[in-house]
Amino acid sequence: MLPMPGMLGGESMRLRMTMAREIASVRLFAAVTCLLTALVLMVPSPAKGRTLWVHPDSTLATISQGIGAAQSHDTLVISVGTYSADSLIIGIPLTLSGQPGAIVRAGGKRGIFVVTAPHVTIRNLHLTGVQASFTAEHAAILLEGVSHVTIEDNIIDNCFFGIYAANSFACTISRNQVIGRQDRLTTAGNGIHLWYCRDIAVIGNSVSSHRDGIYMEFVRSSVVDRNQCRDNLRYGLHYMFSDSSQYAGNFFCRNAAGVAVMYTSNVLMQDNVFDQSWGGASYGLLLKDIRDSRVVGNKFTSNSIGVHIEGSDRIVLAHNLFKDNGWAMRLMANCLDNSIRENDFIDNSFAVATNSRQNHSSFDGNYWSDYRGFDLDRDGYGDTPFRPVSLFSLLVESHPPTLVLLRSLLVNVLDLAERTIPTLTPETLVDTRPSMGPNL
Amino acid sequence: MTIVRQISGFVIRDILRSRWSIANTMFFAIATAGLFYLQADSARVAVSISSLSLVFIPLISLIYTAMYYYNSRDFIELILTQPIGRRSVFLGLLLGILISLVAGFITGIGIPYVILGSSDWTDISAVIAVIVIAIALSSIFAALALVAATRCDDRGKGLAVILGMWLVAAVLYDGLVLAAATALAEYPMETPLLIASLANPVDLSRVLFLVHSDMAALMGYTGAVFIRFFDQPIGLVVATVSLLAWFAAPVWYGLRRFNLKDF
Repeated sequence: MLPMPGMLGGESMRLRMTMAREIASVRLFAAVTCLLTALVLMVPSPAKGRTLWVHPDSTLATISQGIGAAQSHDTLVISVGTYSADSLIIGIPLTLSGQPGAIVRAGGKRGIFVVTAPHVTIRNLHLTGVQASFTAEHAAILLEGVSHVTIEDNIIDNCFFGIYAANSFACTISRNQVIGRQDRLTTAGNGIHLWYCRDIAVIGNSVSSHRDGIYMEFVRSSVVDRNQCRDNLRYGLHYMFSDSSQYAGNFFCRNAAGVAVMYTSNVLMQDNVFDQSWGGASYGLLLKDIRDSRVVGNKFTSNSIGVHIEGSDRIVLAHNLFKDNGWAMRLMANCLDNSIRENDFIDNSFAVATNSRQNHSSFDGNYWSDYRGFDLDRDGYGDTPFRPVSLFSLLVESHPPTLVLLRSLLVNVLDLAERTIPTLTPETLVDTRPSMGPNL
Repeated sequence: MTIVRQISGFVIRDILRSRWSIANTMFFAIATAGLFYLQADSARVAVSISSLSLVFIPLISLIYTAMYYYNSRDFIELILTQPIGRRSVFLGLLLGILISLVAGFITGIGIPYVILGSSDWTDISAVIAVIVIAIALSSIFAALALVAATRCDDRGKGLAVILGMWLVAAVLYDGLVLAAATALAEYPMETPLLIASLANPVDLSRVLFLVHSDMAALMGYTGAVFIRFFDQPIGLVVATVSLLAWFAAPVWYGLRRFNLKDF
């Protein structure tokens, strides 16, 4: 049951306990996820098979012939050369390993590989040339209802979709380089696309110039770590209905929008960098209808909007850095019980914007570079509270055209007056313990 | 024209000897050095100087010009006894004051920038933009001050009028724009706001800075309309014409008053 706004003051103790429990459960969940991932990685793919060589001049001249000749758990080594494959089905547990210079082109108007068997590994291949389609989501590698598949160290370029996993679990996608065509939004697919999956590890990939760098929908307990998503046409990482997952240590740069997390609970977002999502409707991180999640230790730099939060409850935002953004944070009034603490807000045009005088989230111990208070008792926290929502930011929210008065003397005077005697800005949106120096 | 040059030469020499010009230069030098001390990034310093100039250049130009006029009433009256056209005296005065004002500003921000700033071309071009705008604002407000000073023989009254001008241009005008934009929120306000910003030299300078900085992306639809206008040649022409008109009108009117004035 959600606490009503009026009850907030009296029940803060209980809330805090609930929050502590939530955090504990999120931690437990993260630990379990890591353990699972480790287990997945440790499962030995049976190495008892033979090794077959595919070479343009040998009897096994095509990958299709190679697969035909192979038995379960064999390894196909693909030698230097250009091969073609048209939605080639890999229906037995196999390892496809490319030698440097092994290139596989899409032979038809469909994808390249379709994996329908568990324990398949595809590594060190250069896949290219999957054409865009308006009716089907053709991918360089399609995983269809499989488990324990490993896709690693491949280069995938000029493909509609890069790696597409559907109905799969316990798979690993790591260290791939996926480069799209920088096409129009309508004819671009996603770099790594997960659909109805569980326990997937997406680690250390770099995805650029696709529609969404990494797309996840209906995915459970998965990990997206240390990936680089740049210059994607829509989102760096797109997260829908994907509970109990985490993404950490990723780098999102110059995407139309960094990351969108929607309709999800129990997400851990840690140590990511959200950089240069700059434009009319861009943001670093969008949180929409999110519950019980943590956004910790991230860096939001040079985005039009650092974090946009709406309809989200019980989120902890802590130890993040917000620097040089237009708006560091837009917190809509339909958010409840979020805790925003010990972050650094430095040199943003607007620290916090909101659309109402109501606020049901708490701010505590943040550093605000706009804070002009003093600290007489030398405890490191300012003695006067800080109100991060300026009058001008409120005005702009209700009347966007007034933004043309940005940096006008009048606006500075109004903001100063409002800070001295607050009358219009949200009463409860206040940091009562603003830090005197950066927390990070 | 030689007489204009001679008179402005007198004025410049006179001003350079006074404490006023040193104070003016020192103000900008200390402000710029202070900004570099607070934030090492040249691009940010240029932004801060532009905000500073928008407030202080009109104020300093107005007060400086009027004070110089009042202090040199004797000199002006003496020179008017000579066989010299009043036109030359007025223009010489304005030119002399203007050159010393602009020189003070440029040395003021130039010296700290050369010592502490970066030599990156984008940063230098930002500073050049600030200087161009500063020259425009100085010219406009020096001309306005000269009009006010020739109209009011009483020094107190003249200063009051001048402070009133500054208040309107720098603060009250924006207040009216804000009031109008909120009161008429139901109507499309982009074009009226664009016209409103063209009509006030301080606002126009501020908008020119905004449109040519990254900040424009924050401004949503209104920003897009502004950028579209000012990115076209016609936009820049209109902006230049507006600034020139704000300079030419007071010069023309001031000359007329000065010609008819009974000293």
